[in-house]
Amino acid sequence: MRYTFISVEMITAQQECTVPKEVYHKGPKVKEGMQYGDYVNNQASSAPTPLSSTSDDEEEEEEDEEAGVDSSSTTSSASPMPNSYDALEGGSYPDMLSSSASSPAPDPAPEPDPAPAPAPASSAPQPSKMTKPFGYGYPTLQPGYQNATAPPNSGVPPSSPGYSGFQPYAQQYPGMNQLSSGLGGLSLQSSPQPESLRPINLTQERNILPVTPVWAPVPNLNLDLKKLNCSPDSFRCTLTNIPQTQALLNKAKLPLGLLLHPFRDLTQLPVITSNTIVRCRSCRTYINPFVSFIDQRRWKCNLCYRVNDVPEEFMYNPLTRSYGEPHKRPEVQNSTVEFIASSDYMLRPPQPAVYLFVLDVSHNAVEAGYLTILCQSLLENLDKLPGDSRTRIGFMTFDSTIHFYNLQEGLSQPQMLIVSDIDDVFLPTPDSLLVNLYESKELIKDLLNALPNMFTNTRETHSALGPALQAAFKLMSPTGGRVSVFQTQLPSLGAGLLQSREDPNQRSSTKVVQHLGPATDFYKKLALDCSGQQTAVDLFLLSSQYSDLASLACMSKYSAGCIYYYPSFHYTHNPSQAEKLQKDLKRYLTRKIGFEAVMRIRCTKGLSMHTFHGNFFVRSTDLLSLANINPDAGFAVQLSIEENLTDTSLVCFQTALLYTSSKGERRIRVHTLCLPVVSSLADVYAGVDVQAAICLLANMAVDRSVSSSLSDARDALVNAVVDSLSAYGSMVSNLQHSALIAPSSLKLFPLYVLALLKQKAFRTGTSTRLDDRVYAMCQIKCQPLVHLMKMIHPNLYRIDRLTDEGAIHVNDKVVPQPPLQKLSAEKLTREGAFLMDCGSVFYIWIGKSCDNHFIEDVLGYPNFASIPQKMTHLPELDTLSSERARSFITWLRDNRPLSPILHVVKDESPAKTEFFQHLIEDRTEAAFSYYEFLLHIQHQICK
Amino acid sequence: LIRFPPHFPFSLLFLPTSPFVWYPLWSIIAFDELRTDFKNPIDQGNPRERLKNIERICCLLRKLVVPEYSIHGLFCLMFLCAAEWVTLGLNIPLLFYHLWRYFHRPADGSEVMYDAVSIMNADILNYCQKESWCKLAFYLLSFFYYLYSMVYTLVSF
Repeated sequence: MRYTFISVEMITAQQECTVPKEVYHKGPKVKEGMQYGDYVNNQASSAPTPLSSTSDDEEEEEEDEEAGVDSSSTTSSASPMPNSYDALEGGSYPDMLSSSASSPAPDPAPEPDPAPAPAPASSAPQPSKMTKPFGYGYPTLQPGYQNATAPPNSGVPPSSPGYSGFQPYAQQYPGMNQLSSGLGGLSLQSSPQPESLRPINLTQERNILPVTPVWAPVPNLNLDLKKLNCSPDSFRCTLTNIPQTQALLNKAKLPLGLLLHPFRDLTQLPVITSNTIVRCRSCRTYINPFVSFIDQRRWKCNLCYRVNDVPEEFMYNPLTRSYGEPHKRPEVQNSTVEFIASSDYMLRPPQPAVYLFVLDVSHNAVEAGYLTILCQSLLENLDKLPGDSRTRIGFMTFDSTIHFYNLQEGLSQPQMLIVSDIDDVFLPTPDSLLVNLYESKELIKDLLNALPNMFTNTRETHSALGPALQAAFKLMSPTGGRVSVFQTQLPSLGAGLLQSREDPNQRSSTKVVQHLGPATDFYKKLALDCSGQQTAVDLFLLSSQYSDLASLACMSKYSAGCIYYYPSFHYTHNPSQAEKLQKDLKRYLTRKIGFEAVMRIRCTKGLSMHTFHGNFFVRSTDLLSLANINPDAGFAVQLSIEENLTDTSLVCFQTALLYTSSKGERRIRVHTLCLPVVSSLADVYAGVDVQAAICLLANMAVDRSVSSSLSDARDALVNAVVDSLSAYGSMVSNLQHSALIAPSSLKLFPLYVLALLKQKAFRTGTSTRLDDRVYAMCQIKCQPLVHLMKMIHPNLYRIDRLTDEGAIHVNDKVVPQPPLQKLSAEKLTREGAFLMDCGSVFYIWIGKSCDNHFIEDVLGYPNFASIPQKMTHLPELDTLSSERARSFITWLRDNRPLSPILHVVKDESPAKTEFFQHLIEDRTEAAFSYYEFLLHIQHQICK
Repeated sequence: LIRFPPHFPFSLLFLPTSPFVWYPLWSIIAFDELRTDFKNPIDQGNPRERLKNIERICCLLRKLVVPEYSIHGLFCLMFLCAAEWVTLGLNIPLLFYHLWRYFHRPADGSEVMYDAVSIMNADILNYCQKESWCKLAFYLLSFFYYLYSMVYTLVSF
């Protein structure tokens, strides 16, 4: 059986290498692969590159990476294709390199970092008042803080010399208040330092936010290594210059860690099938672009420095068909590669893709009406579920009893089996509950059509979630796979029942927020059992009242599942949530999936990992056990420096994700990141990746809030800024002490920390439901960096005057690129319309006196007054501005893990508080404005 | 309060103290086992085996916690009764540490502190290991101190 499988895979693999690339671009995945187009706009260029392994289908079995210990010397007989590396599809290195190179934005941004080349004032596009999207480091300087429309700022000393120096510029463009054309420059000091070290006086710098998205800093490596390095979308380090010693790191007071997005959809990925996977003999590192070849026959591992032999097979390069050039092999030319693993990497034969749906059908669930949407989505996507001919699927429903569905082929209609003994759950017919998707397709369709109406008259209000999960675990144990749980209320019966712990009066408390941790360890234990059986539990919580997500989330957290939460879900009363569920389900059901995965992270000797963040089970100090892996999962790791790195100038990190694809192939995806080591404090500051640092801090703060308290976590966040800025301040002690100085690389640090403090997860004083808060924390733990950043610091754009200036082209569509605005009410003008991108939700704010042309052309209503209060779609109008707005929104929306819902918010509608709470630079009743926050930090530093 | 003869706690505690030293030793061995998951790649390569192994060790560790803490508490109580202020003073910090450790455990109750899901994080593992070594040293020293005190009180009695 298993052999059959393997040979089938092999054939596919062969096809991969011979068949032109189009093969891989069909299917839904391709689209997903493009989602990161905003960072790597390589759609066009990738067309000729064959390599999309996004077409992923594979699957295989087994587990431990270490199992493959001697793989490099074995297994040649297993494969019918000696040495064909299939893939490297396309084999065009240059293309791949360019797109995977670390500079994230080939076209949209001329400069990777906010790097504000002093923009010549003359190039500011004033005539149309349209801002040019790029090339300006900073938005316009505004007259002093005190002129801002923003809330009362405690007196700002506007009289600093640096500040007044900008006046002339500001006056040159009197009307530009809302526009953010920048005048970079601001050469406060002309120093020879690198741009990222330019000291910035935060209290005087009015517009700190660059107008273009912030890109990851590029490590300061030589050009060759730079080109080879891993894409920052997959792999980022908080410090792109690694300090030499722990003492230096402590001095810098910055967090050191990695942010990973290992399984993201890629448009191109070299897939290598080779009999021997070359790995270091002692530390098992995979060969990567950063190893050194001592001579033709030997290579030196870059992690443990052991000298290894180059196996004979590796001498031949199938791409160039030449012999004796091991350094030209694709493994050595790409920092992200995927290997097809041999049977050494399996402990058991490949498991099929197995999906089990566990559905709440109590009265509450029927009221909410999610079943219709779920069944509809499933029916539509049944054929697109990742898997092969062995794919199996099953359904269970539960209220106070558990219902199984016998879908065995040959039955005339689905058979419902009810188990009412919830204290000792058993499986009525263990063999026929999970059935082959293709053999029983008709029955499955019948069931899906019938399900929404089967329980319409139910009076059962109890929910026996715990027993249902136990049953699901029993059902999945033999194979492993994915369990999707839909729950709409607090579990109230049987094992794992929960009590309401939320006190609504405490929602806006500024003091103690309790119950962030689980109330019972039932779900954790269950998750661990599931994880041991390679089963992941994904939770969809669609509830209108408190459901103790803090406890329920444990079932996904430790089994490597994912969590979706739809507060106040109702299919008619809350159509936007319903639509969101529908879209999320589409993505959820069709996205790539890997089973039985393990991820090992290795790093150069001297560095060590501690503390992992994400959804998984930590099986060993460097090994994460992931029952399932999905392309939307992100991870974070904290690092410490155990031994001095004095004798090396480069450090490398390698993540190897071993998984079984949905087609039954065992694959290993390897990412390698290389960073320079520095010995001076200034260099450490120069290399800070502020976004990565913030995401890591957010993860640490979540841990802290659960293990200690929310206020501790908030203090720790503030202290992180205070410590790092004061450490920097004492380093550049020649500057006056009264000013709050930050290096340019850290200039956004206080802003982002303030944003974190105002984020749902950590805010106090604003009414926040406990479940919302816990969900935000879950999101922080498992979202990849790009999405997390939008949650923390939303992007604000003005969209009533989109132009094609600076636009980029995606899929033959022109996507305008409006400049980013800072998140402050002072940027909102009544004449404008603004789009805020918060990651999982978009708001379009329409000003009171917004241009009627815009309202008519884009929203389809004659004037402001006629816009309805609830509007969640932009109509497809045949006007230029509508087209621009829609293409921009579609582009933003493309393939996020959570499809955002759009809210059109009128200036005077009650919904505007939702919008305004995201304006984090403004003062709220309970929290500082940005400027006050800076003063607070300054005060703390001076103390 | 009943006034015990001065040598009483030492003679009573001398015997139980020697096995008492084993608690941290057991923990150290257990942590070592956790750390080296390569020992038996055949079993441990299997995720379930490995997971069970971790859970088993954590479970064992947890079982040790309460007896250790309560016996130590009992010691302190006896020293208090016997008015052995110096010895009590030496043990008080550890007593407070135990109390702190016990009441700062994860909220979900049944786990006393060695939690299978987080124990493999290197910082927690390191911390626990260090804690065990320190305790081992402390218990060893107190063992000899009690021995000395017992002999001393017996002789002078």
